[in-house]
Amino acid sequence: MDEFSILIGGKAGFGIDKAGMVIGRLLNQLGYRIYIYRDYPSLIRGGHTFSIIRASKSRIAVHQEKVDLILALNQETLDLHKSRLKKNCFFIFDSEQVKVGAEYTCGLGLALGKFLKEETAPEIMRNTCIIGALAKAIGLSFDVLEDVLKKEFTKDIDLNIKVAQRGFKESKELIKIEPFKQESLPLLTGNQAIAFGLIKGGLDVYVSYPMTPTSPILHFLAEIADDFSLDVIHPESEISVILMALGFSYMGKKVAVGTSGGGFCLMTEGLSLAGMAELPIVIILGQRPGPSTGLPTYSAQTELHFALHAGQGEFVRFIVAPGDTEEAYFWSAQAMNMSWKYQIPSIILSDKNMGEGVFNFDINSIPEVHEETPSLWDRKSPYKRYLITKNGVSSLASVPDKEAIIKVNSYEHDEYGITTEDSKLTILMQDKRMSKEKYLEEELEKFETVKVYGDRDASVSLLCWGSNKGVCVELAERLGIKVIQPLVLWPFPTRQFQRALSGVKKLVCVESNATGQLTRLMKILGFNVDEQILKYDGRPFSFDELEAGTRGILK
Amino acid sequence: MSQTNLGTYAQNTWCPGCGNFAILNAIKMVLGELNAEGVPLENIVLVSGIGCHAKIVDYLNVNSFYSIHGRAVPAAEGIKLANPDVKVIGFAGDGDAYGEGIEHLVFAAKRNIDITMIIHNNRVYGLTTGQYTPTSPLSFRGRSTPQGTVEGPINPLEIMLASGATYLARGTSHGIELLKKIFKEAILHKGFSLVDVLQVCVTYFNMYEYYDKRVYELKDHDSRDYYQALNKIREWDYDKDAPIALGTFYEKETPTFEDRFFLKKRQGTIDKDLKIKELLKNQFR
Repeated sequence: MDEFSILIGGKAGFGIDKAGMVIGRLLNQLGYRIYIYRDYPSLIRGGHTFSIIRASKSRIAVHQEKVDLILALNQETLDLHKSRLKKNCFFIFDSEQVKVGAEYTCGLGLALGKFLKEETAPEIMRNTCIIGALAKAIGLSFDVLEDVLKKEFTKDIDLNIKVAQRGFKESKELIKIEPFKQESLPLLTGNQAIAFGLIKGGLDVYVSYPMTPTSPILHFLAEIADDFSLDVIHPESEISVILMALGFSYMGKKVAVGTSGGGFCLMTEGLSLAGMAELPIVIILGQRPGPSTGLPTYSAQTELHFALHAGQGEFVRFIVAPGDTEEAYFWSAQAMNMSWKYQIPSIILSDKNMGEGVFNFDINSIPEVHEETPSLWDRKSPYKRYLITKNGVSSLASVPDKEAIIKVNSYEHDEYGITTEDSKLTILMQDKRMSKEKYLEEELEKFETVKVYGDRDASVSLLCWGSNKGVCVELAERLGIKVIQPLVLWPFPTRQFQRALSGVKKLVCVESNATGQLTRLMKILGFNVDEQILKYDGRPFSFDELEAGTRGILK
Repeated sequence: MSQTNLGTYAQNTWCPGCGNFAILNAIKMVLGELNAEGVPLENIVLVSGIGCHAKIVDYLNVNSFYSIHGRAVPAAEGIKLANPDVKVIGFAGDGDAYGEGIEHLVFAAKRNIDITMIIHNNRVYGLTTGQYTPTSPLSFRGRSTPQGTVEGPINPLEIMLASGATYLARGTSHGIELLKKIFKEAILHKGFSLVDVLQVCVTYFNMYEYYDKRVYELKDHDSRDYYQALNKIREWDYDKDAPIALGTFYEKETPTFEDRFFLKKRQGTIDKDLKIKELLKNQFR
């Protein structure tokens, strides 16, 4: 098989997420490329949770509606998802929990509870037991699974293996999945790729208040803080997060913060302060459906214009929206560089699908990226924190310095950082700050800020940003159309975008929001979008869904 | 850095008679003394919020972070954690620290982070021209409450004591010697310190006479005793007539946030690329 999908489902608290990861790693071991979609409600126990693990011989970043195999730990999983099965009989279920209707005379029922009792294992290990059964069902030898379990479980490893063995023993082969001769690639979440990218870009400090979908960055960085000598801090609110971070930034520490729309609302006064005081900071903004609390554990692309305009006053910002793990790594590192080079805030636009989706990661395919040294004071003339320069960037000194007094200010200020209300100086300083945008824009020309995929000569092109890249690219390759993905959203890479548009007669914008935010930006910039495909139910486009939508437009 | 002249060229725009002058003069003298005693001035960072008080950082030729309304505390905390050798002195108003940003004070006290907050508590909004603040007395007639407020004040020192602050003192803008003493104690105290200064706004709430009649300096007070401190802090509730104690209410030595936070040994140079590759190989396959 070139590709196949497995769905595992149950209640929150059953360890579905963990099971999905184990299955992903198992298939990854066989040389397949993996994507995992994780769907879970905003609660700790109860409610329906499922993961779709898709494996393919080539790189993928989207799930398909149909699946080859369902692992059902409860009735709901089978009832909700049985229509996804490509072939009726391919499901494994807990026969003590799931009643199979008359239409299903097949499927593999296993009395998981009974097995666990006999193995004196806790009920939570039903997930491991059904994975054991899966390994047999797809024709694997047990030792492949054992290796994965040893890596994935840190406690009760022996019992987990025993339980998996039991599931394996009670199971039977349903579909044979042949290993594929291809070196396996690491499997990680977009959040983890962002975290590694920040580190690569020189991260010293990460400050964050927990909020889905970026809390996993906080958890991950806290876990590996000692390995990379990071300070990871979780203060009382997002307001405190950004102000604390700006305190660090003032002291010359490379700092990033992470949040979602609601937290970003609280951060906007701090963002504006960063703009005025010219304090470098990187903000990861993980989008989810709003307004307000919305659907906390689902996904959206609703904060593009919020990111573009957040904060009072006018100031330069850098906004980037990576669409896969490699882009997340590269551009998180570059966001650190851009912030420090230009002393501006950078916003990395992510979302739940990007952040919490699980993808392969090929670090060797990423263009070189290095932590860059910001412009430092040459000590030749008395230090002025806001010295007016051609490119608007004033060199940095850092506390403590015997010869420099470093004053930053949220008020309009003179070159020393002392408050002013002088009209001429106000214009001079605003021009100084804004002039950085032109140089930033020029610098960005060095990078591939607009990517093109699919048939480059096609007259029809999809236009997408962020996490919709995966689905658009795969679909374009199938349909023989083009995809244009602007990675940098501000300052908008107009020249590269124009080049990408060459030959395109019909531009179809694909977005996960209700109002077409990228289309609106296109209009402001003078580009025409012909059609839109919008989705705003919090779920990612499945391949089939976008295919149907696109074919409808192309007819 | 000039060690003799701590002033700047910024024109002072406080009203004549403003209580802020006492704070500015006291802190100048304290910074001079500290410098003479071996604290390099470059190791000091001043932080302010927004309000009349905040102009103080423009008037002092010392490193400073002029932040935004209510947010001096978290900025000060970030600065301290970035380099625990730096002495961080925050200035904030009562509307600023006790109103818009009170949660930050509570959490900074809870953490016992080693910063000093000096609160210019004039019990009125000056810069926005005379509205009530969290410490204005009940029935205060301000421009937003012309009939008088219908809510009483908070006692900020009581809140700070309950939150875990480890140095608490009060002074007035008529009493620069005491201000000098408690500012210096607060700055040298290891842990979260707060000085509430009954700083008089001559334009919108002139309390000089009121305070002069009621203030007294604490004597025979054991500032190490939590309950004595609590009793003295409660003696005047910022509302009803009562004697107003000045001086150091409370001090306690206990580990600071940064003592615990930086317990882990810093590693030498880290080959980040190698570490990332190792992690990818070992934990993510």
